[in-house]
Amino acid sequence: MIETVTRPHRANLIRFGEQHPAALVLGADLTSSCEADGFRDRYPERFFSFGMAEQNMLGFAAGLAREGFLPYIHTFAVFITRRPFDQLAMSIGYPNLPVRLIGFLPGITTPGGVTHQAIDDIALLRAIPNMTILEAGDATEVESMLDCAQAIDGPVYVRQLRGEVPRLFPADEPLRLGQARVLSQGPEPDLAVISSGICTEEAMRAVPALQAQGVSVTHLHVSTLKPFDDPQLIDAIAQARHGAIAIENHSVIGGLGSALAEQLAEQGIGKRLLRLGLRDTYAHGASKPYLMREYGLDALALVRAAERLIGASLDIDADHLAEVDVENGSQPLAKADKSEDL
Amino acid sequence: MTDSAPTPAASAQAAPTLAVATVADRIRRRVLEHTLRNNGGYLSQACSAAEILATLYLRVMRLGPSQGPAVPRPFAGVPSAANPDAFTGADYNGPKHPDLDRFIFSPVHYALVLYSLLIELGRLGPDALEQFNQDGSTVELIGAEHSPGHEVTAGSLGQALSQAGGIALARRLRGERGRVWVFMSDGEFQEGQTWEAFAALAHHRIGNLGVYIDANAQQCDGAMADVMTIEPLAERLRAFGAEVHEVDGHDPDALAAPARARLRLAGDPRVQASDETPRQPPVDALGQTESQPPEPAAVPTAVPAIGPTAGPATGPAAEPAAADRPLVVIARTDPCRGIDLLRARAPKLHFLRFKSADEHDAYEDLLEHWQDDAS
Ligand SMILES: Cc1ncc(C[n+]2csc(CCOP(=O)(O)OP(=O)(O)O)c2C)c(N)n1
Repeated sequence: MIETVTRPHRANLIRFGEQHPAALVLGADLTSSCEADGFRDRYPERFFSFGMAEQNMLGFAAGLAREGFLPYIHTFAVFITRRPFDQLAMSIGYPNLPVRLIGFLPGITTPGGVTHQAIDDIALLRAIPNMTILEAGDATEVESMLDCAQAIDGPVYVRQLRGEVPRLFPADEPLRLGQARVLSQGPEPDLAVISSGICTEEAMRAVPALQAQGVSVTHLHVSTLKPFDDPQLIDAIAQARHGAIAIENHSVIGGLGSALAEQLAEQGIGKRLLRLGLRDTYAHGASKPYLMREYGLDALALVRAAERLIGASLDIDADHLAEVDVENGSQPLAKADKSEDL
Repeated sequence: MTDSAPTPAASAQAAPTLAVATVADRIRRRVLEHTLRNNGGYLSQACSAAEILATLYLRVMRLGPSQGPAVPRPFAGVPSAANPDAFTGADYNGPKHPDLDRFIFSPVHYALVLYSLLIELGRLGPDALEQFNQDGSTVELIGAEHSPGHEVTAGSLGQALSQAGGIALARRLRGERGRVWVFMSDGEFQEGQTWEAFAALAHHRIGNLGVYIDANAQQCDGAMADVMTIEPLAERLRAFGAEVHEVDGHDPDALAAPARARLRLAGDPRVQASDETPRQPPVDALGQTESQPPEPAAVPTAVPAIGPTAGPATGPAAEPAAADRPLVVIARTDPCRGIDLLRARAPKLHFLRFKSADEHDAYEDLLEHWQDDAS
């Protein structure tokens, strides 16, 4: 069974702080909610509290970065990307400053409702020149983020996970910038599945079920959303007989699916692409499993999309997917999330 | 559930201070009950804000009877042109009427406090909290505009006041006498937008808007003084052109007095010039207080004209008339009021997550013996 790691970012941030004396952490009244409390307590002289004032905090980060420090912003993803969007674009993006924005509660991973759900953050930040965008899909990637961001000359936005996080990828295979992970390689593939973030776990449930029904699937996991130039992705789609499915914890507008569609069009690859994600709608407050079902971001939604793409119905239902559950961590995770600080 | 909404007779007979105190006590009990059921939650907000919200509903705002169903409607989709089923939770605060007030609830993580109050006032059915924080329900942990008692979607904090300002301005432009009351948390005074809103309220002389602040001096990371101070809040707000009162946020008389003084100042027929002490408003057959639009005959001809009393500012602005300043009541509150157990957790009180079974049991025990304590 797959391991679940508790608060992987919290420990990693402390480790990182020890190795990088220029690293500062800036918080906006969500310090433990964003697992920065360990860093604050260990290096109080390098932690700065700004209160609930995100626009101002981003400006301070820009100033610190201009002076050679490495500010690591910690707050919820919505409060990095929506409220201070102009400050992000002008104070940080334009001068290409090495500010690292660690955004928690991506998409519908929070029951906090529409105001807490970052469903458009990738779309917004892809449109900011100089921005690098990374998204964690498991504990290994959560632990990779800081080292990966450190090597980038410019602002980095990290769509980060907190709390109980499953380890889907080997701990010694960290995220590599701009490189998708090949999770499954079917012979003469019928379809390509491209997943990101928490949807990768869902795809890892669906893919074996599809394969058991004789559908050959290539499955890739994406953790670099910008720059978006990994040739593996387009090659995998080009080779898939029926085309591809993108699945992401984000609006279908402007995220992974959109980025793939742009590449396919530019390179003249005439393949179908079904985009699973929030279909141009806001969401509401409820548990993560409920919302993933409601908005079609789960394994079953992926199976149904596969049926549409190959034009045949497959004998796979929810029970069957539960059998191929990659880990038993989903229930505790949902519960932990519901009782977390918002 | 052993307790129930106060009967009209009981409220009518109760002394004014007791009515608010009783409702506040019941709010705390109910919030505790559901915090336990939910295995955690926003409990200290009930401790600090129960009297403020109860006073607003019982002694300050003029609201009509609830228009919402006793059993809250399930989530019916987000607002859009393609969704005729979307609805507002504001109807629990009564109909929109030119003479009635509007309530804008800003720190929506306090939602459970508001739901509990609505139940105590009979605006929401006694079982409405069965749906609290359940999948598919509108009785959300963090309220949005479909949640009972909520008019705007305010969970990205510090955004509601500006919207309330727009509503108040619109009401003034239409010559309406109803006012706009906003409930805010002190954490919201860290957001720059709050100060932009106050600048605009003063500049446009929006005197038909009042703000009640739960100044409990704490936030997610702990004591506000350690996270990012907002003090001296009263002086800052006065410098922005507001009329500011600092009161004991658990004293209903002290809470109601500034609002009622403002109504008198503005010549509002709800309070007479001679009415020096705030009175408990009459209770109608539905158990609502101050709930009915005044009879047309009762409306005096001297309705305040459209526009601020002092007229629109042109050139170097003259001092605004007293009734044209936004009114602010800073309610200094105790985030552990009524639940002393919480004090052990200071300074981190914002969200209660039980650390041990023993701690959970202690709160469970408090709930079990609540009736005894209250009587
Ligand atoms: C714009 C914005 N930033 C951050 C948050 C996350 N958050 C929720 S409540 C809160 C502050 C809590 O302080 P306060 O509003 O005074 O409420 P209290 O602790 O008294 O409940 C924060 C930072 C938010 N909801 N909105």
